[in-house]
Amino acid sequence: MSPRVVLVDDHAMFRSGVRAELGDRVDVVGEAGTPAEAIAAIRSSRPEVVLLDVHMPDGGGLAVLEAIGPELPDIRFLALSVSDAAEDVIALIRAGARGYVTKTISADDLADAISRVADGDVVFSPRLAGFVLDAFRDSPVAPSVDPNFDQLTPREREVLRLLARGYAYKEIAAELFISIKTVETHASNVLRKLQLSSRHQLTRWAADRRML
Amino acid sequence: MPGRCAYGDHGVVSTATRTTARLLRRPGSWRPAGVAAGIAEHIGVRVRLVRLGFIALAAAGGLGVALYGAYWIVLPAAPDAPPSRVPPWLEYLLAGVAAIAAIGGVAYAMPLSGVFAPTLLACLGGALIWRQASEPERDRWRRLSRTSLSADHDERMGRIRLAAGAALVLAGGGIVLARANFSAIRDGLLAVTVTVVGMALLTGPWWMRMMTQLGTERSERIRSQERADIAAHLHDSVLQTLALIQRNAGSPREVSRLARGQERELRTLLYGSRTASGQLADELRIAAAEVEDAYAISVEAVVVGDTALDDALAAAAAAAREALVNSAKHAGVTEVSLYAEVEPDAVSIFVKDRGVGFDLDAVADDRQGVRGSIIARVERHGGEVKVRSQPGTGTEVEIRIAR
Repeated sequence: MSPRVVLVDDHAMFRSGVRAELGDRVDVVGEAGTPAEAIAAIRSSRPEVVLLDVHMPDGGGLAVLEAIGPELPDIRFLALSVSDAAEDVIALIRAGARGYVTKTISADDLADAISRVADGDVVFSPRLAGFVLDAFRDSPVAPSVDPNFDQLTPREREVLRLLARGYAYKEIAAELFISIKTVETHASNVLRKLQLSSRHQLTRWAADRRML
Repeated sequence: MPGRCAYGDHGVVSTATRTTARLLRRPGSWRPAGVAAGIAEHIGVRVRLVRLGFIALAAAGGLGVALYGAYWIVLPAAPDAPPSRVPPWLEYLLAGVAAIAAIGGVAYAMPLSGVFAPTLLACLGGALIWRQASEPERDRWRRLSRTSLSADHDERMGRIRLAAGAALVLAGGGIVLARANFSAIRDGLLAVTVTVVGMALLTGPWWMRMMTQLGTERSERIRSQERADIAAHLHDSVLQTLALIQRNAGSPREVSRLARGQERELRTLLYGSRTASGQLADELRIAAAEVEDAYAISVEAVVVGDTALDDALAAAAAAAREALVNSAKHAGVTEVSLYAEVEPDAVSIFVKDRGVGFDLDAVADDRQGVRGSIIARVERHGGEVKVRSQPGTGTEVEIRIAR
């Protein structure tokens, strides 16, 4: 059964393009061009996944996430952006998005990413994996509130590295001799760390590199 | 005034001004000034009437003489006038005598003449100098008059004026103090203060508005300048690319190559330049961009950490570039991944595609590509290369150099 999706992007052209490309692989139950429209559409149609543009007028994707996230925690967000600016991506992930893909992604990969997010997995593009590795690269300078969230385990690092190298989950599982399920668990743990880490560098780091 | 705007838009007004008759002196061979003739021609009455008018005014307190002199000084001569037969020095002499006579007459008849007459004389002198000056000299004076405190140190005029101004201010202050009548000064100061406050109240809003307008205009100008820069860039590159894309609409590969090149260029414009900086990350990104442009594929480049480029890393980057080219040429894919990580003890670069792959052992030894350009190049610098490839699943080249 195809996941129910709301498309949020301020360019109608892009929405119709995505809708046409995805065809019947997803069930588009709503579209919105502004954060306000998006909030209304999500409340009324209760999708499984929201495909969320990072850059929109009136607060962008972040405004939608912050409004809907606490209210309807079951709805999953997949961020979609032309921006490679680390601070934008990290901000959305920290606000609760389950993954990030660029707008140049192929239709097949997008459909795959949507269904994975719908199933509760997280989606790391190579670029996002690179961001995370970069952000957690140095050991924390200041004593942290909860060290569990401030370090990646060696295994998580390995998974992220393979993601950044362009490996699919299946390939990672084969490479590391673990199950796909374990790869998924590592990925969601990393995402949780990214969201909950109190590493103050994370913010500063993202601001330092305007772009990767 | 809609009518005026409409005309202005079509330039009719400016043509009209150009044909408007100007009041000019019309010197003839026996009338060196030609003031009366000029005025007569301009307002369309007989010369004799104008002269009579001047004489009548001259009789009534000397105003006619002063007016005549003023016109002579201020009005330019008609360009087509014949050169005067009276020598210039005689002209000046006559003008000087007339001016002194007129000023004397006025000064005699007026109170405060002790101040008035010298001032008027000075003004006339200035006007004469101005009239005789050549155009470049006038330009220089205009420029100088705008700079006094900010004048360059080598501008003699600016310094002289500054000194003269300071001397005058000091002299004025000295006179006031020397003749001090303090109650009078107090009253005067009070009156001046009240007047100034009144003026400020009256004209304050106007001044404020003008300052705001000036500021707005300034920032508007800066903005429009920026807009012009961006417009120029958009015109040069983006519109060109769009035109090329339309022409190549039949070839998706070419279209996406053009689009990616343009995207990169715009990002450079928006987020700052990304030129060769001697850093590994920039070097790799530039290599990726070049391969993208040359082979119409997309390279997903992810670089974690960064370090300065040395010989070994430059070789590694060149090898990575070669691996990208190999993938682009032989793998039959549209997308290649490039990942580089700078670790404390080593630098690793991975180039991966999901293309046709190949059997490394089956590749002939004389094939330069992999062996020469990638493996040997990196090994010469103490690094190691692993090539993993299987027919059907793609290729990954791993380059590792210890630091």
